[in-house]
Amino acid sequence: MEAFAALLDTLVYTRSRNAKIAAFARYLRDTPDPDRGYALAALSDGLDFVAVKGSTIRALMRERVDPELWTLSRDYVGDSAETASLLWPEPEHFPGPPPSVAQAVEALAAMTRSTVATELPALLDRLDAEGRYALLKLATGAMRIGISARLAKTAFAQAFDVAIEDVEEHWHGQSPPYTALFDWAAHGAAPPDTENLPLFRPFMLAHAFEADDLDLDAYVAEWKWDGIRVQAVHAPGESGTGESRLYSRSGDDISASFPEIPAALDVPCVLDGELLVRGEAQGGKEGGAASFNALQQRLGRKTVSKKMLREAPAFVRLYDVLQVEGEDLRPLPWARRREALEKLLLRLDPERFDLSRLIDVPGFAELAALRESARDAAIEGVMLKRRDSPYVAGRKVGLWYKWKRDPLLIDCVLMYAQRGSGKRSSFYSDFTFGCWDGDPDGEGQLLPVGKAYFGFTDAELKELDRHVRQHTVNRFGPVRETDKSLVFEIAFDSVHASARHKSGLAMRFPRIHRIRSDKPAHEADRIASLRALIRD
Amino acid sequence: MSDNPDLKGTSARSFHCDRVARAFSWIRPEPWGIHVVPADCWIDPARAVDRALVTHGHADHARGGHGQTYATPETLAIMKLRYATSDGAVPVAYHETITLPGGVKATWIPAGHVLGSAQILLEHAGERILVTGDFKRRADPTCPPFEITPCDVFITEATFGLPVFRHPPTQHEIAKLTDALAAEPERCVLVGAYALGKAQRVIAELRAAGHTQTIWLHGALEKMCRLYEDFGVDLGPLSLVSEAPSKGAMAGHVVLAPPSALNDRWSRRLPDPLTAMASGWMRVRQRARQRGVELPLIISDHADWDELTRTVTEVAPRETWITHGREEAMLRWCELHQKKARALALVGYEDEGGDG
Repeated sequence: MEAFAALLDTLVYTRSRNAKIAAFARYLRDTPDPDRGYALAALSDGLDFVAVKGSTIRALMRERVDPELWTLSRDYVGDSAETASLLWPEPEHFPGPPPSVAQAVEALAAMTRSTVATELPALLDRLDAEGRYALLKLATGAMRIGISARLAKTAFAQAFDVAIEDVEEHWHGQSPPYTALFDWAAHGAAPPDTENLPLFRPFMLAHAFEADDLDLDAYVAEWKWDGIRVQAVHAPGESGTGESRLYSRSGDDISASFPEIPAALDVPCVLDGELLVRGEAQGGKEGGAASFNALQQRLGRKTVSKKMLREAPAFVRLYDVLQVEGEDLRPLPWARRREALEKLLLRLDPERFDLSRLIDVPGFAELAALRESARDAAIEGVMLKRRDSPYVAGRKVGLWYKWKRDPLLIDCVLMYAQRGSGKRSSFYSDFTFGCWDGDPDGEGQLLPVGKAYFGFTDAELKELDRHVRQHTVNRFGPVRETDKSLVFEIAFDSVHASARHKSGLAMRFPRIHRIRSDKPAHEADRIASLRALIRD
Repeated sequence: MSDNPDLKGTSARSFHCDRVARAFSWIRPEPWGIHVVPADCWIDPARAVDRALVTHGHADHARGGHGQTYATPETLAIMKLRYATSDGAVPVAYHETITLPGGVKATWIPAGHVLGSAQILLEHAGERILVTGDFKRRADPTCPPFEITPCDVFITEATFGLPVFRHPPTQHEIAKLTDALAAEPERCVLVGAYALGKAQRVIAELRAAGHTQTIWLHGALEKMCRLYEDFGVDLGPLSLVSEAPSKGAMAGHVVLAPPSALNDRWSRRLPDPLTAMASGWMRVRQRARQRGVELPLIISDHADWDELTRTVTEVAPRETWITHGREEAMLRWCELHQKKARALALVGYEDEGGDG
């Protein structure tokens, strides 16, 4: 556990991405199985222990530390696991040597709700503050140390000098401690056999388009639909009877939330598309899709009621095809894959799968104009894809671009602030802002309309933190109410009616676009102006 | 940095306030300092006054421009270095008791914070009030240790007044530093340390651990190191970075700089520096990250939580007043342990990012 704890701290403190990868790779090479496999899992897909949750840790600490001192400490540190690791009372007698990562994982996995209250403390007692931090991070699966699964896989590839694409390909379907994966990469064994399994394939991603022009002979334009990017997969399965899965962009299996999609897929293939819910907001009444808001009602549900299936049926608007009948189409140029996709579509259930239309425009200027007008159709923007490009994992320069429409803007007033977590810990960085309900110069009042955590630079963060500290008029636990003197220009993608908020509105993806220190609060926008932007 | 809004929430808690003010009416905490009324003098005032009693030389406690400044000879020397004048300086040795106007007696007692740092004990009307200034309890080769002094009112700092702040043993942190040097001998370790106190302490702790190599200094640290040496603190071989014959000469060495220079262009003249910082704030990972620190060294000149609470227990005053830092948690601890306490709304002391 000491080596893993030291690795975590190195990853936390090291700034350069390359140095992080090098440190991680060194750990993977130097650490024996199965410790390294569990460490890799902890830093990529995460480990899940049913009996250990954030609330478990809070409960343990409640028995050991005064709740008020805990709250003050947690608020200051900005991370529960770290706070607990620092506050943990050291045992009076030698509790035994620190556990290895594998021993800790086995112990955590064996814990139940009734045993966790005695067994987790026994583990924590055997570790120092750094070890306790590592154990709690590992146990709760919330690393939040700025390490992406992609970085972990890159480190793995570097450690054993194998291609990152191969790592991503073989990764799925494997489970911690990834012994088959290490056997393949470190010891030259054959890669894990996954041909007949409905596994996730790494997505091809796009860069933001920032140029002024593009040659449409080389690139094809396509709408970027406002749903969630998914991969639908069907394979013969281990039993040969056929298995289907639906994966999110991060590779999470979301089949249970949208069972109608995997149920409708019976051709062995791997499809890339946008998951949408039927409605009229996107693409007109005929075969149209509802706004993102409708889709959101179904996201994250473990089971779906019949009513939901009936009232908000999901379908996938297809962008691409990666595999058909066991044949890997990814090395083919986009145009060839598109042909294969159009051919395959005839074999798919039209109720659940349709084709993302290409945008037929004579030139770039026309495309730009069309993109501008796309606002009302609640489309996210335009995709630009190189016609001769293969389907490659990750974000490769020059192949795919996303050209999002410009955000909506509105002036709001800062109302409340809370300290952030992670790298913004201790800074007042979570902001609630509001618009005027009524005449700001008369009886009008500010009503909260949204929250934003980002959109500002580090220097602006310091400035905002100072503003909050100097303009606090009230404190509610960790929340500070400010004197409502600072105006933010908020950028957001869309706004929807919502019964959950007092203002009756919910903004999608709000972020602080500009700090308008120059603007007096009474000149901020009214709720009515925001309401006028609702499109669903 | 003023952090006044923080104190609003705590005023309701200081329920002993009125009674306390009557019992110890000759001393008044004002926002800009502690006023000793019968002597008409101020302790560590944040603005120029006729007569100031100064606990130690850090700029947030020792401001210039007072008519008279009572302090230890070391503190006065530090102030002279800072403000280029010793007008009105009245040196008071440790344990020497002087009588101020109004019959108030004052004694300077070692606080263990930095060279010359003192607690000030005030005696009047049969009451003893002790002002700690800043202090720590663990050993420091550069200054005499904190002394426990019985008193009625204990006016304490609480810079690290949160239970998460438990500074590890200093030797452990010094070993982290020397291990990092040894691990990559082609690099240097650039340690951010405050010019007064922390820089000299890090050097002295390295020497105590047997590190005899030349330590390279940013120019802003030179004079204070020389001052320490003049007062008999041996810092071993020191050289200025600006006088290094080559970049390579500093490889495998410790380089010390004020924290403001860590991410400055100045550091480009160093051989691939690993950025370290010696401060109690380094206990919290994100604090280190926010400052771009790659090697956090938890070395503090302030008492940590355990030292603060142990000191209140050992001094066993009738009342504890808290000047600056994380007052809320200290108040809560006092409440849990049935000790009378209140927070003073002093301004001008460094909050986070100060000389921790």
